[in-house]
Amino acid sequence: MTKKIKNLNLNFGPQHPAAHGVLRLILELDGEVVEKADPHIGLLHRGTEKLIENKTYMQAVPYFDRLDYVAPMNQEHAFALATEKILKIDVPIRAQYIRVIFCEIGRILSHILNVTTQAMDVGALTPTLWGFEEREKLMGFYERVSGSRLHANYFRAGGVHQDLPQGLEVDIAEFCETFPKIINDLESLLTENRIFKQRNVDIGVVTKQDALDYSFSGVMIRGSGVPWDLRKSQPYDCYKQLDFKIPVGKNGDCYDRYLCRIEEMKESVSIIKQCLSKMEKGPIKSLDGKISPPSKKEIKQSMEALIHHFKLFTEGYRVPKDEIYTAVEAPKGEFGVYLISDGSNKPYKCKIRAPGFSHLQSMDYLIKGHMLADVPAVLGSLDIVFGEVDR
Amino acid sequence: MKNLIDLEKKINSELTTKINRTEIRHNQIYLETDKDDLIDVVLFLKTNNYTKFRQLIDITVTDYPEKNQRFEVVYLFLSHEFNQRLILKYTIAENEIIPSVTSIFPAANWMEREVFDMYGVSFKDHPDLRRILTDYGFKGHPLRKDFPLTGHTEVRYSEDQKKVISEPVKLEQNYRNFDYESPWEGTKYIKEELNNNDKKN
Repeated sequence: MTKKIKNLNLNFGPQHPAAHGVLRLILELDGEVVEKADPHIGLLHRGTEKLIENKTYMQAVPYFDRLDYVAPMNQEHAFALATEKILKIDVPIRAQYIRVIFCEIGRILSHILNVTTQAMDVGALTPTLWGFEEREKLMGFYERVSGSRLHANYFRAGGVHQDLPQGLEVDIAEFCETFPKIINDLESLLTENRIFKQRNVDIGVVTKQDALDYSFSGVMIRGSGVPWDLRKSQPYDCYKQLDFKIPVGKNGDCYDRYLCRIEEMKESVSIIKQCLSKMEKGPIKSLDGKISPPSKKEIKQSMEALIHHFKLFTEGYRVPKDEIYTAVEAPKGEFGVYLISDGSNKPYKCKIRAPGFSHLQSMDYLIKGHMLADVPAVLGSLDIVFGEVDR
Repeated sequence: MKNLIDLEKKINSELTTKINRTEIRHNQIYLETDKDDLIDVVLFLKTNNYTKFRQLIDITVTDYPEKNQRFEVVYLFLSHEFNQRLILKYTIAENEIIPSVTSIFPAANWMEREVFDMYGVSFKDHPDLRRILTDYGFKGHPLRKDFPLTGHTEVRYSEDQKKVISEPVKLEQNYRNFDYESPWEGTKYIKEELNNNDKKN
């Protein structure tokens, strides 16, 4: 006698601690084996692209903080670069160093969050507690430079908003000395941990070819052994002057991606140190008065500066008609902005290419044939943040 | 090919009539093609040994409501081998159905779903063309230029019906779009003088 057994459909999320946000994942289960996964996204869709079309170029920057909200400045960077290329303006060298420092801080922020919460998804609680203490310090740096811990709104076309406040350089340098020890502590908890390895090794394996086909980028493609990093291959700002390595995985499983992230954090620390030592005093934004606002002091003394200030904060600057695609290596992968300007003070179109979107798309392919308990492990190692997936 | 100009020549000589226009700007190649040639062009770009654009970065659409060919479909490609980026474009009218590239790039699946959701452009042979970012039961295509920024409906929890309901948007104050752009182009008499000078010269 044979019995027919129906597959079980299971809703994973939208309220689930391991869904890393508002993901509704509809799983088809045969016993405990996942047969099919259908991610439903868009629960955090805010229409960022539509809103940007209705704001001036300077007003559009804060929307980028709200995309991948664990590494806000990296996104702002992409938009700033796109606008600068169309406007054909140069960025002073000090501003470039400041931007790179804060992008690398963003990378550490994002990787700490990902590594530790992924560990929590597979059963380790302590790394989160240790890691978040460090994140708190880094967000303190964000606050000191921009006035807010998360939504910085700090990068501008042509440079950054303000110079670093006094003493910040010293404190960042101090952090660079203490942080490697914390990474070692995290590693001592996880890297050789038997349970952590059992949950991650050979789970969610991505081959080189599939990484290309599914348009993976960042750690997702490097974990599979493709040495591709935009900071090296298409360097922007001052990355060309810096010396750093690109960690590459071998097997393309969750464990290799974890190792890549740990190594990248160490590289980021070294990049920050180099920037701090190379940085010199100087201007921090473009000297073109038609694009960067004047200082408060100038406004008090110069009529022209006052007019510039007024025009910049009402009309904003106009950007000549053009179109461009610019990408940066955000912590999660290639974050790109496809910007079309029409000569007015607002972008005609601003398509945001979020790395998480293509990564999450492959969920069905990655999880097919795995056990239900592997879903959080794979999802965690994809490094999904819904701010950027849903936009 | 590592050199952009060589690459442009190669693409032009191999694809000849299938390419309408090529241009190099900002260190990227911009190609224009036709809807019917899309699959051939994409296949060539992916498989040819001199191009090797093996990664599809994104698909999107630009809306120009005043034009006859309203939508411009844009494909962004990346070649790891040669470290090149390429932007492929073609224009279509409002109700045209365009071929899907999911069979060539699996990554196109969600990208095309997003285009369908945001602009209402349909794809032929797409395995699973559903809305992706908007709510279940959403009507309209938000990124079209004629879709209002405030939307048409808003949702709230109704205490009477004990469920979430959607109703037409009611705003206490209409969305105000201030036009700060300076219309000033010089006073009339100066313009006339300039025109006269031009004519004399």
